[in-house]
Amino acid sequence: MDAVQDSVLNRAIGVFIMVDTQTVPAPARAPGGSLGQPWKDPKAVPFIKLEGVSKSYGDILAVNRVDLSIHKGELFALLGASGCGKSTLLRILAGLEVPTEGRVFIDGVDMAGMPPYRRPTNMMFQSYALFPHMTVEQNIAFGLKQEQAPRARIVERVAAVLDLVQMGAFARRKPHQLSGGQRQRVALARSLVKEPKVLLLDEPLGALDKKLREQTQFELVNIQERVGVTFVVVTHDQEEAMTMSSRIGVMNAGRIEQVGTPAEIYEYPHSRYVADFIGTANLLEGIVQTHAADTVVVQCPDMPSAVAVSQVGAVPAGASVTVMIRPEKMTMGRDRPTGEVNAAPGRVRDIAYLGDISIYHVQLDSGKVMEVAQTNLRHTAEQRVTWEDVVWVGWHPANAVVLTQ
Amino acid sequence: MVGKRSLALFAVLGFGYAFLYLPIVLLVIFSFNESRLVTVWSGFSTKWYGELLGNQKILDAAWLSLKIAFVNACGAVFLATLAAVVIVRFRSFRGRTLFLALVTAPLVMPEIITGLATLLMFVAMEHAVGWPEGRSATTVTIAHITFSMAFATVVIQSRLSQMDRTLEEAAMDLGARPLKVFFVITLPIIAPSLLAAWLLAFTLSLDDLVIASFVSGPGSSTLPQVIFSSVRLGVSPQINALATIFVGVVTVGILLAGRLMNRNESAGR
Ligand SMILES: Nc1ncnc2c1ncn2[C@@H]1O[C@H](COP(=O)(O)OP(=O)(O)OP(=O)(O)O)[C@@H](O)[C@H]1O
Ligand SMILES: [Mg+2]
Repeated sequence: MDAVQDSVLNRAIGVFIMVDTQTVPAPARAPGGSLGQPWKDPKAVPFIKLEGVSKSYGDILAVNRVDLSIHKGELFALLGASGCGKSTLLRILAGLEVPTEGRVFIDGVDMAGMPPYRRPTNMMFQSYALFPHMTVEQNIAFGLKQEQAPRARIVERVAAVLDLVQMGAFARRKPHQLSGGQRQRVALARSLVKEPKVLLLDEPLGALDKKLREQTQFELVNIQERVGVTFVVVTHDQEEAMTMSSRIGVMNAGRIEQVGTPAEIYEYPHSRYVADFIGTANLLEGIVQTHAADTVVVQCPDMPSAVAVSQVGAVPAGASVTVMIRPEKMTMGRDRPTGEVNAAPGRVRDIAYLGDISIYHVQLDSGKVMEVAQTNLRHTAEQRVTWEDVVWVGWHPANAVVLTQ
Repeated sequence: MVGKRSLALFAVLGFGYAFLYLPIVLLVIFSFNESRLVTVWSGFSTKWYGELLGNQKILDAAWLSLKIAFVNACGAVFLATLAAVVIVRFRSFRGRTLFLALVTAPLVMPEIITGLATLLMFVAMEHAVGWPEGRSATTVTIAHITFSMAFATVVIQSRLSQMDRTLEEAAMDLGARPLKVFFVITLPIIAPSLLAAWLLAFTLSLDDLVIASFVSGPGSSTLPQVIFSSVRLGVSPQINALATIFVGVVTVGILLAGRLMNRNESAGR
């Protein structure tokens, strides 16, 4: 995949997720660029390796048998619903939580019994955890002081990271004299200042406004490329995860459901949960009718006729599956589409005009509502579709995915 | 309606304050009384303050009490901090419940029992190891620490358990060892409670009559003991003067501590 295509994809995703059309392309990183794709190389040694890591609090299983390999210089995003165990996983990496089971390796060293203050990691806490009795400056200098850095270096580093998060003017303030977003920036600066081998960021940019967030994302990617830090970033902003990260791990109830590049996760989700969680997805339940060499035919009760999906890989006939189609992969028109496409008639129930695109909610005869995104190609389309119009929606078999989970 | 209600409220408030502070106000007023009779006002005078300054016995006792209270407060806060850390930070160890019970038991133990028990222990110890030699200021201090430590522990523990644990974790994550974390992060944050506990322990010691009666020896009578025995022979206005000085000192101390704590609190947020 080339960079152009990638940024177009990011843009499309941004539109769907954020309902915000004026996305300034954030640092678009091209997989396969300077970083390469070490996870595809079976011989590459991962920098961080988790083997069957679980953590339970009494009956609660916060992290459930996680296996994960993260390579040097990656910016790995952890995405998932609230309470799915993202913070707990970071705390295990930082050494603040002892896993009930499993092993953690960082840079080839088994981390078992290694206390937090000896690990090559720094963490930014979701709650910021700024020291209330110290000024912004002292907070940031704390880590450097612990390693007995010379004074001049401390002063210089602190000034540099304060500058980076644009908090230079607030150096002498105490944390309680700062706004939420300012505190977040101080917490970020404090974790960056030591430039550790691994940076664990728990929702680093959530409280920042859009502009600042994009700048900071850009800076983070810069640091990552300049210093070669390995980042593990928790976020629940999908756009952020998509634009910043080399790979994304989607978590669900303590498990990692899928790991992949942003494009893989978006285009080829492994499960309903991932499809639904990332971006918008039209999901059709159905039973597999036949399975030929490269096409699966699925009988969906919501559709007037069987649905064909191009798919390699075995799906047994009779299995109950879900067919997923992204809204922007669908077509819509007054006439039945011709050719080898899946199509169904429906009625337009709702239209969201977003400037460059519009999103239509089309209710099929079965009652199922499909979301269709259409690029607004002309100023005034002669035959603009409007509310309550009867239309045909359709999609090419290659543009849908069969989900078995 | 509103006026009526606020009038009633003020009456209740006034009554409450009077109930609490009228005795003290009377005491202060009568410390400036000319007459030797405590209950009859016969004009303003500061002569009792002068006489007090000449009363070596009372001055000695006051000085001794202050010394005991000071050492007691320091010792109690030190031990109470250790106990609080153990209670709050070590959530599960064998005998935790027992430890908790033992530390806080003196809160509800009648003083007379504490006094008697410590006396018996001192006697037994002297018998066995030859220390402490007889009853003295040392034994009073030790006995005071044992009971005021319980109060100090409760104060410090409540603050410590409110403290955000992630602050300590963040410090450790940034490379500070546990001991360093304790001194650089934990202690400064719970400092107001240490001060409060110190003041409480100081006051408790200064105030104590019962335990001191058991464990003090000849020549180590504390101020409450001296006052109590002199009052039995009749109340001298000197005592009023002394009490007024104490009230003054305590008030100033509490006001200062309150301000300090307020400042600390707002910085702590
Ligand atoms: N100390 C604890 N004791 C008991 N349960 C805990 C503890 N810490 C976390 N949990 C539970 O573990 C689960 C995972 O928590 P975690 O903080 O990792 O979630 P998260 O994915 O970071 O969520 P969020 O996005 O809301 O921050 C939750 O169900 C939480 O209630
Ligand atoms: Mg979290």
